[in-house]
Amino acid sequence: MIPEIGHFALILALVVAVVQTAVPLLGSALGNPRWIGLAKPATRLQLLFMVIAYACLTYAFITHDFSVKYVASNSHTTMPLLYRVSGVWGAHEGSLLLWALILSLWAVSVSVFSRSIPAVMLARVLGVMGFVAVGFLLFLLVTSNPFERLLPAPADGRSLNPLLQDPGLAIHPPMLYMGYVGFSVAFAFAVAAMLGGKLDAAWTRWVRPWTNIAWMFLTLGIALGSWWAYYELGWGGWWFWDPVENASLMPWLVGTALIHSLAVSEKRGAFKAWTVLLAVFAFSLSLLGTFLVRSGVLTSVHAFASDPGRGLFILLFLVTVVGLSLTLYAFRAKQFTSNVSFQLFSRETGLLLNNVILVVMAATILLGTLYPLVMDALGIGKISVGPPYFNSVIVPLGIPLVMVMGLGVLLRWKRDSISRLGTDLILLVIVALGVGLLFSLLLRYDWEVMAAVGLVMAMWIAATTVFSAWRQKRTASVWGAALAHTGMAITIIGISLTSLYSSEKDVRLSAGQQYQMAGYAFQFQGVKKVSETAFDAYQGTVDITRDGQPVSHMEPQKRVYKVQTMPMTEAGIDAGLFRDLFVALGEPLEGGAWSLRLYHKPFIRWIWLGGIFMAVGGLLAATDRRYRLKLRRAGNA
Amino acid sequence: MTPVRKKRLLLILALVAGVGVAATLVLQAFNQNMMFYYAPKEVKAGNAPANHDFRVGGLVVKGTVKRDPNNLDVHFDITDMTETVTVKYTGILPDLFREGQGIIARGRLLPSGVIEAAEVLAKHDENYMPPEVAASLPQKPASEAK
Repeated sequence: MIPEIGHFALILALVVAVVQTAVPLLGSALGNPRWIGLAKPATRLQLLFMVIAYACLTYAFITHDFSVKYVASNSHTTMPLLYRVSGVWGAHEGSLLLWALILSLWAVSVSVFSRSIPAVMLARVLGVMGFVAVGFLLFLLVTSNPFERLLPAPADGRSLNPLLQDPGLAIHPPMLYMGYVGFSVAFAFAVAAMLGGKLDAAWTRWVRPWTNIAWMFLTLGIALGSWWAYYELGWGGWWFWDPVENASLMPWLVGTALIHSLAVSEKRGAFKAWTVLLAVFAFSLSLLGTFLVRSGVLTSVHAFASDPGRGLFILLFLVTVVGLSLTLYAFRAKQFTSNVSFQLFSRETGLLLNNVILVVMAATILLGTLYPLVMDALGIGKISVGPPYFNSVIVPLGIPLVMVMGLGVLLRWKRDSISRLGTDLILLVIVALGVGLLFSLLLRYDWEVMAAVGLVMAMWIAATTVFSAWRQKRTASVWGAALAHTGMAITIIGISLTSLYSSEKDVRLSAGQQYQMAGYAFQFQGVKKVSETAFDAYQGTVDITRDGQPVSHMEPQKRVYKVQTMPMTEAGIDAGLFRDLFVALGEPLEGGAWSLRLYHKPFIRWIWLGGIFMAVGGLLAATDRRYRLKLRRAGNA
Repeated sequence: MTPVRKKRLLLILALVAGVGVAATLVLQAFNQNMMFYYAPKEVKAGNAPANHDFRVGGLVVKGTVKRDPNNLDVHFDITDMTETVTVKYTGILPDLFREGQGIIARGRLLPSGVIEAAEVLAKHDENYMPPEVAASLPQKPASEAK
């Protein structure tokens, strides 16, 4: 009964979404205030039905209703409550339901917090978001109904993929989706501006907080995904240039460009057409990400389903959204051209360069991600593009990006000169070089030129950020930007040092033997069998000492999950601000020995720490008073 | 030309040049790092490149996985049900590496005809078959391979 209510609520949500799209958009085109006024209640009604549908599926999970096919495939009576709740988005159908729910949540948030936006504008924004919702709800109902029954119901479910039975992963998809779907707000505002033909400073102040918050979630989602891959997949790496990771990085890069382009549009009224285009691209790339992950075209841990019908549907939807918005852009972009002039040496140029580099980065990743798929689809050959491609392209692009990043925050709008910056600039360059080099020499690792480059880059960002924040009036925006830039510096330190100084070794050890690496002695004490509710495991014991002093005691496991008979490596990790020690149990070898994988990863935590700084910065900037003050003024006008 | 236009032109030229350089680097890196996939029968037919990494996939043949007792070297055969090639790897195999399982190896061809793998991939799901491997097998694949 409950699943049928959920299914019915989903159908009603679709009907309401159609109304939410058609009536307000028509109303704003015809100037009918009653139709325009329907946008808000329709948006809220859609959320109500989405919440009911989502609650019904969650209820089916909690109560072990295995007559629902999706629950039977992804749950089990022995699973704890946490994973039954997070299991809802553990596979294809449920995660799309979450996508649609989050979309609805964003739309209602816009309708609540944007009280002062003119009714016509709001109607268009909510109408566009309704259109996206129609696409996803149709997709759910036609190809991926989470409430499909399985009769007769099996006695027990097939359980959630053990890799997903992890607290880190329980929150990773919602975060990522909040980011992906959050860009639909900027997208909807961009389309609404194109429909209305007007884009002013007030518009940018409506869009900026939403974009920042979406970006914050996406940043956290990516950081969580990277952290999870590090500790749960047992590979010890933090980024693999897996197509699914790329799918989340591309909207992030374009979203970052959008945040900066919006700043120019707000402060100087320039780059307006470009801002609109970026908003369209950021969301299109989010959709593309969803397509890549959900269509089964990728061979990845995330590719649950390989139903070609689903892939085709999302592809068609993607083409519709991109096609319609670009057509609209072609007709309307001319109205957004600005006659605002700026000199070559100005903050505008800095932000322009920032945008160009970020977009080139995204395009590069897009090429490496899509080219193999296109080649395969055309039957030309099965190829893959390895991490060396991405590394050899992103690093040389990142260096000029960082240089511009530091210089940009020092520059004034419109016109600036080297002579004004003068001694300050020289001083900052010296500080960055000096501190960066000193830092690289103080490390207890061999000096490497790329490590020094990375540290100087990070110090350049840090020095310029602190300097400019100190010189400016410190509003929430300035604090937010400073925090986010500092986060970037921290992440760069983490990436540089982890990439250059990590030690990794696969070794063969018998009980009692030890292995020396990076100054640490890894003493293998043997393996015993342990058994838990969900899995049986071989549990190794490794004691790590340094100069005879005990450092850590680890119990890495090699688990076999009972329900799915799936083996999994649970690494032993000793985390620290300056280094992680990581031990994964390999396989039993002849003569009672085991293969073990040992890692020493300096500064790896800084990568994710920087991500947290960036996310907090994005949030802080969104709370700036001027977004609220100006909104009220716009409301009175 | 007015000074403003001159500066704008300069900016645009600089941008175009910058993007051009980036595009060249990108395409060069792309060419160097593109890896083709070959089924064992194509490797046997001599289609695989001799001095460039490539990917090969197939089912691990039962009873062929041999570990060296003294180090972490391992040899195993993979098959597409037509031809079989031997893969050599040093290190820890992925969790889901098992006999009868579809895997993908990245590496290069030694003169002896053995593929020296730098990486072995087996996917995260016991029902999973890498699409490349599935495509290079005859129509009724996984179950009968065991």
